[in-house]
Amino acid sequence: MSVVTVQLGQCGNQVGQEFFSVLCNDSNNAKDKLYKDCGHERFFREGPSKDLTARAILIDMEPKVICQTIAKAAKYGKWRYGDNAHFCQKQGSGNNWANGFSLHGPKHKEVVQDLVRKEVEQCDRLSGILTMMSLAGGTGSGMGTYITQCLRDMYPHTSILNHVTWPYNTGEVIVQNYNSVLTLSHLYQFSDAILVHENDTVHKICAQLMNIKHISFNDVNKVITHHLGSVLQPVYTASSSRYSRNPIGEFMSSLVNHPEYKLLSLQNIPQMSSTSLAYSVFNWPGLLKHLRQMLIANARMEEGIDWTVRAPSVSRSDRGRPTRELGFNRSLANLLILRGKDVASAEIGGFKDPALYVPWLPVESAFSSWSSAVPFNGYEKSATLVSNSQSLLGPLNSVVGKAWNMFASRAYIHQYMKFGISEEDFLDSFTVLEQVISSYSQL
Amino acid sequence: MTQSIVVQVGQCGNQVGCRFWDLALREHAHVNKKGIYDEALSSFFRNVDTRRSDGGAAQITGGKISTLKARAVLVDMEEGVVNEILQGPLREVFDSTQLITDVSGSGNNWAVGHWTYGSTYREQIVEQVRRAAEHCDCLQCFFLIHSMGGGTGSGLGTYVLKLLEEEFPEVYRIVTSVYPSAEDDVITSPYNSILAMRELTEHADCVLPVENQSLVDIVNKIRHMSQSGKGGSVIKKDSTVISSKGGVSGVEKPFDAMNNIVANLLLNITSSARFEGSLNMDMNEITMNLVPFPRLHYLVPSLTPLYTLADVNIPTRRLDQMFSDAFSKDHQLIRADPKHSLYLACALMVRGNVQVSDLRRNIERLRPTLPFVSWNQEGWKTGLCSVPPVGHTHALLALANNTCVRPTFSELRERFSKLYRKKAHLHHYLHVEGMEQACFSEALSSLSSLIEEYSQLDATKGACMPDAPRLSIAT
Repeated sequence: MSVVTVQLGQCGNQVGQEFFSVLCNDSNNAKDKLYKDCGHERFFREGPSKDLTARAILIDMEPKVICQTIAKAAKYGKWRYGDNAHFCQKQGSGNNWANGFSLHGPKHKEVVQDLVRKEVEQCDRLSGILTMMSLAGGTGSGMGTYITQCLRDMYPHTSILNHVTWPYNTGEVIVQNYNSVLTLSHLYQFSDAILVHENDTVHKICAQLMNIKHISFNDVNKVITHHLGSVLQPVYTASSSRYSRNPIGEFMSSLVNHPEYKLLSLQNIPQMSSTSLAYSVFNWPGLLKHLRQMLIANARMEEGIDWTVRAPSVSRSDRGRPTRELGFNRSLANLLILRGKDVASAEIGGFKDPALYVPWLPVESAFSSWSSAVPFNGYEKSATLVSNSQSLLGPLNSVVGKAWNMFASRAYIHQYMKFGISEEDFLDSFTVLEQVISSYSQL
Repeated sequence: MTQSIVVQVGQCGNQVGCRFWDLALREHAHVNKKGIYDEALSSFFRNVDTRRSDGGAAQITGGKISTLKARAVLVDMEEGVVNEILQGPLREVFDSTQLITDVSGSGNNWAVGHWTYGSTYREQIVEQVRRAAEHCDCLQCFFLIHSMGGGTGSGLGTYVLKLLEEEFPEVYRIVTSVYPSAEDDVITSPYNSILAMRELTEHADCVLPVENQSLVDIVNKIRHMSQSGKGGSVIKKDSTVISSKGGVSGVEKPFDAMNNIVANLLLNITSSARFEGSLNMDMNEITMNLVPFPRLHYLVPSLTPLYTLADVNIPTRRLDQMFSDAFSKDHQLIRADPKHSLYLACALMVRGNVQVSDLRRNIERLRPTLPFVSWNQEGWKTGLCSVPPVGHTHALLALANNTCVRPTFSELRERFSKLYRKKAHLHHYLHVEGMEQACFSEALSSLSSLIEEYSQLDATKGACMPDAPRLSIAT
């Protein structure tokens, strides 16, 4: 029933704090008592005086962010972090993946395992673990990878969802491409699924849809956590009358239908500023039509969709190589989550079209749909599509390409070698990712 | 939170250091209204209860400030400068044990500073540094401040650098080096500089080179701006990078304005490590991201804005101007033009009320105008610190690992060669115990190969480098 969240590094902790705020708010505002209780139980522990403590562990290699995060939650007043639920050191990882993975990880393994164990023990039933980190830095990426591996060993039968933040294309950290390559290649070996948010995409959403003039990381995090909340808050998954008890497990089985394909992206509609929201009316056909085209044309948001892209026509005899349509984004699996008024009337047939998917998997296993009649986070109607598709192929290829170019000149490699990551390790990582790229390209 | 120790060596090093401590106190006083000894203060200061006989271990952060002591070691081989500090308003900030002095100075002779005084004072220096280190919970960085042209700062300073590497190999060494201008009045400054450069290349993690002439130019620019006082452009008094206003020291001394610039550089570089922000940039991240190859660790600093105009409204246009200025050659702290050379990496440390969108917008705007090396086309390291410097609403420090240092080094080598060819003043050096002719030739070849490395990278500028062929996977 419960989900334990592990927040790693500056990004992981900042996003995590916003995440719990969104969840708490949404659950508190829900008129459906069952929804509220389920949401609370899933992500929070309730104290004797009805106070909520997040089921979360905060990890960072330097103290400033964790202090800020805990203070911000406490100031907000509606929920707080556990008193001893955090672990930090003093020096940070210096944006060095090797430092996070080879030094800090092993050094603090036991303390972290202890913290996780304590938090898990306070769950009636653990239904999944969510990790939050960025790819670009040192702690979230390096130590986050190491800790994920530890969690996998500790809880071999529990689903682990890695949420990662993909850095801006134009650079936040110079060695971000190295750190991303090392993280993704390692995570691929033992993660159940990697759910990606790209800073560039979220930034555009803030600028063009939410109309925010001076976008801060706070704004970015609000969008990310709105998306995450829309996936993880209580829903009806099968045609059952109860909210799903195993959201992360069912998430995995819906989306990761082949071990070679684990990269998940997410699209959410509608998105707008709260002022515009008050004046807008939505209907399901309109929302779903846009969402479907966003999937097909690989549009990251509901503005600027290329309506000329079409799914290829599937003929009876065409069970071999699928035809390649220009710009078409082929999916392995999709999960559609609808929340709000009149969900029952929403027509989702368009997502079941076999033309959207690879021919070698039956459509029934490729598409799942969840719904909840409770409006989410202030939106009367909202739809989220989580995809296992080619949509991250472009960004992945770009990051690997840039990292490879840098590697060719051996720039910065001495910094990684200081902590025991060799050129061989780099080559292994590149190989793993080229394989992933190849697999996705061939869909 | 980590701590840093400042080691100031020689006349220049100590004068700059003095300005640093003054401005650091001013900055913290500005932010820390309640007088609590917080984590930010502890990065550079100890909190000491002077009534206690053990010199006070009143270190716990969160308590009230008792007496602040700088985490510093002051070294000078003549007493004038250090004595002045001890008699001046900053005397409370230093313990007499933190000062290591001699009487006669190094006579502008690198060999005397390095070999003679180095061996004489080694034990004492190690002990003082060790003491300071023991007071640190987690020591991350040494900041060495010195000049290159003299004898003590240059010679003994680089000896200390080597010593720090040997005794504390895990602690970063960030060196602020003041390079002599062409019209320097010390004749042997090219010898001293080149002999020191070799040590910097081999033993420092990062070097922040600063040229006296650039500092002079900036000071003149600001003074000119203040005096011309065109309508609507009155400068806020305490907002310039050269001002000491609000600090402890009263009377302004001759080099103060220039030294304040360097002090501000150090405050800005450590701001994100001390104060909070939405995207922190610690010292170890600077050494990680800006040093692609171990020897190429010379980072050209530039500070903007140089002053804030008195009118309160700062439209976005001014913010964008700040970013543009960071890349203009007038704001660099050495005489160089990075825009026309090749960037290997660049860090932007933003302070104050600036959001990530402002940062991204400006990076996107400026990126096409700046030549970056082929394997690091998006070579930006960015940091956002919420606390602005005193007197400003926002500020930007840019650190560029750029081949524009090559002409500076080449010129230095020219000046060196002019003297060396004639063997001018060489005997003063060779007389010193521990000094050999080989030291000169080795130092020269170290510099030449450094220049060569930068040249080779320069040669790739503008050339269209093909992408490295990717690994091919059997399908």
